[in-house]
Amino acid sequence: MSRVIMYREALNEAIAEEMRRDRTVFLAGEGVAERGGSFRTSVGLLDEFGPERVVDTPISEASFTGLGVGAAIVGCRPIIEILFVDFATLIMDQLVNQAAKYDFMSGGRGRVPMVVRTQGGSGNGLAAQHSQSLEAWFYHVPGLKVVMPATPYDAKGLLKSAIRDDDPVVFIEHKLLYMSKGEAPEEEYTVPLGRADVKREGNDVTLISYSRHTLLCLEAARKLSEEGIDVEVVDLRTLSPLDKETILASARKTGRVVVVHEACKQGGVGGDIAAMIMEEAFDYLDAPVVRVAGLDTPIPFNVTLENACTPDIKKICSAARLLLYRNEVM
Amino acid sequence: MLQVNVNQEIVLSPEKAIEMYRRMMTIRRFEQRSIELYREGSIRGYFHPYLGEEAIAVGVCEALRNDDAIVSTHRGHGHCIAKGMDLGRMMAELLGREGGYCRGRGGSMHIADVSGGVLGANGIVGGGIPIAIGVAKGFRLFGTDRIAVCFFSDGASNNGVFAESINMAAIWNLPVLFVLENNHYAVSTRIDETSMSAALADRATAYGIQAETINGNEVDLVYETATRGAGLCRKGGGPFLMECKTYRHGGHHVNDPGSYMPKDEMDFWRGKNDPIDRWRSRLISSGLAEGEDLNRIDGEVESLLDEAVEFAKRSPEPSVEEFLAELEASRCHE
Ligand SMILES: Cc1ncc(C[n+]2csc(CCOP(=O)(O)OP(=O)(O)O)c2C)c(N)n1
Ligand SMILES: [Mg+2]
Repeated sequence: MSRVIMYREALNEAIAEEMRRDRTVFLAGEGVAERGGSFRTSVGLLDEFGPERVVDTPISEASFTGLGVGAAIVGCRPIIEILFVDFATLIMDQLVNQAAKYDFMSGGRGRVPMVVRTQGGSGNGLAAQHSQSLEAWFYHVPGLKVVMPATPYDAKGLLKSAIRDDDPVVFIEHKLLYMSKGEAPEEEYTVPLGRADVKREGNDVTLISYSRHTLLCLEAARKLSEEGIDVEVVDLRTLSPLDKETILASARKTGRVVVVHEACKQGGVGGDIAAMIMEEAFDYLDAPVVRVAGLDTPIPFNVTLENACTPDIKKICSAARLLLYRNEVM
Repeated sequence: MLQVNVNQEIVLSPEKAIEMYRRMMTIRRFEQRSIELYREGSIRGYFHPYLGEEAIAVGVCEALRNDDAIVSTHRGHGHCIAKGMDLGRMMAELLGREGGYCRGRGGSMHIADVSGGVLGANGIVGGGIPIAIGVAKGFRLFGTDRIAVCFFSDGASNNGVFAESINMAAIWNLPVLFVLENNHYAVSTRIDETSMSAALADRATAYGIQAETINGNEVDLVYETATRGAGLCRKGGGPFLMECKTYRHGGHHVNDPGSYMPKDEMDFWRGKNDPIDRWRSRLISSGLAEGEDLNRIDGEVESLLDEAVEFAKRSPEPSVEEFLAELEASRCHE
């Protein structure tokens, strides 16, 4: 039986189910216990699992992330919550130098099955230190997995897989998605890491995206279909490991690709995907792969300026039309 | 003359005593008026009111020189006002307007007046603490006797940067006045859940820094302690930490009702221990002012705030075209 749930409820269910199924899973972060999480993703968990497994921490991000690493090494499956991805700056040593390399450095004899759950993106007037999209940092580090779900269904299934995974996973939610709704089965399910999802099939042009911008791409695809453009939308869901096969299959099919993300264009994941397509599917392309991405700027506080920094549906549509040599429709 | 000060060596002139009342009232009404603007939708984003903590910013900043610098927090409006920032330009910043201190790009959490010595509010808890020791380092390197003031709250004292920074301030004897605004909460988490010691000032003494704990809602006491602390720093006597006990008058931010805060505690801090009421009674009982004088000041504060709101609302929205053009110009390769 399927029902409609919110993204934040999907996350809550995933954590609760995994905690029921595996007593080594615990959750730690600021305000996750008594308050039920700043975005209400851990409501009810303290009551069900108690304070040893649902832990309110001091504002000591670097060290409670390290606590997660240590606990993971001895066999726990910690979920560490970092309130905003912007504060990941504080945990980078534990994540990048410790967690990501532990398996490798120990010759495969040590594992760090930890999930760092965090939240990013702009759109709430929270200004430069609470609105960033920093996934490219994690994407760049061998040893880390990076997951960025767009829908409640994917959020739940992917978080369950992330918790069960034996490697450190950075799981990035989008602040504008917590209240978004979608179908999800009542029965237990998981979504595998490392698999993209073709959320709409089409033949003329491919839009590749992840997280909230997947939804904008789907909206853009609907608009473009009214103009007779048949759009395929690939939702990466997991950035690392990257599902090259699905990306390349779609690129070969349509011959035209737009990569869309909210993060800054410079050094963004989109550049890497574009290069990969060029390297591996050049002969199939009818146009250069283009990127529609965030402006290379800190996010301003003022709402009009803030909105100008993030790609909107209009920009996505324009890029697709350009690849098809269609004129702008006014 | 009536004795208002606690310590006989530190004189609090009647003018200053009255000025401190005016400043505290200005902060209180600035926050209350801004909250109204927030509720009507003119201000968005995060807004952490300084309500209830006014005596700390005012008592500390009254003890400073104009050329001293302060480093602030996410709960920073009070620090800005106490250091003398313009109400209209502050309000314009909260509204995200071009006429604001940061041209509408910073907002409440990043408001700054760099040339005026307010080196920035901060969206990162603890983010300002290491900056403060650097400011002090710079002041000394230039051979001045200016000092740096570092405002932060109990929650931030649990972050690693606090331990690292007070240690460096101690070993290098840096002129930093650390002002720990212990309002007992980090969002909804009480400090006694995240610290086994009730005396946070002990953390400083453990690193070899002089420290004192006071009631942060007594503005004269704050002033007196800050004057001594600042004097020590200025004379090369090293850093000083003052832990000021205080309490928020509401939740963590404007949309947090603070229902987890015990009613009796809230009643005490908002009632008998309210910093403004306390000081008002002190001024009257010591004969420094009549109730009418203070009411007149309240009226003056209100008019200044009317003007500030008016200025902010008249200030233009930033232009997207200009913003994009600036971005373009700031690239090195194009
Ligand atoms: C590094 C970091 N972690 C978490 C947060 C989220 N956050 C914002 S304010 C706050 C509480 C801060 O408590 P405290 O330092 O006591 O300051 P107060 O709000 O009491 O003034 C938290 C956890 C943040 N902004 N930065
Ligand atoms: Mg506090």
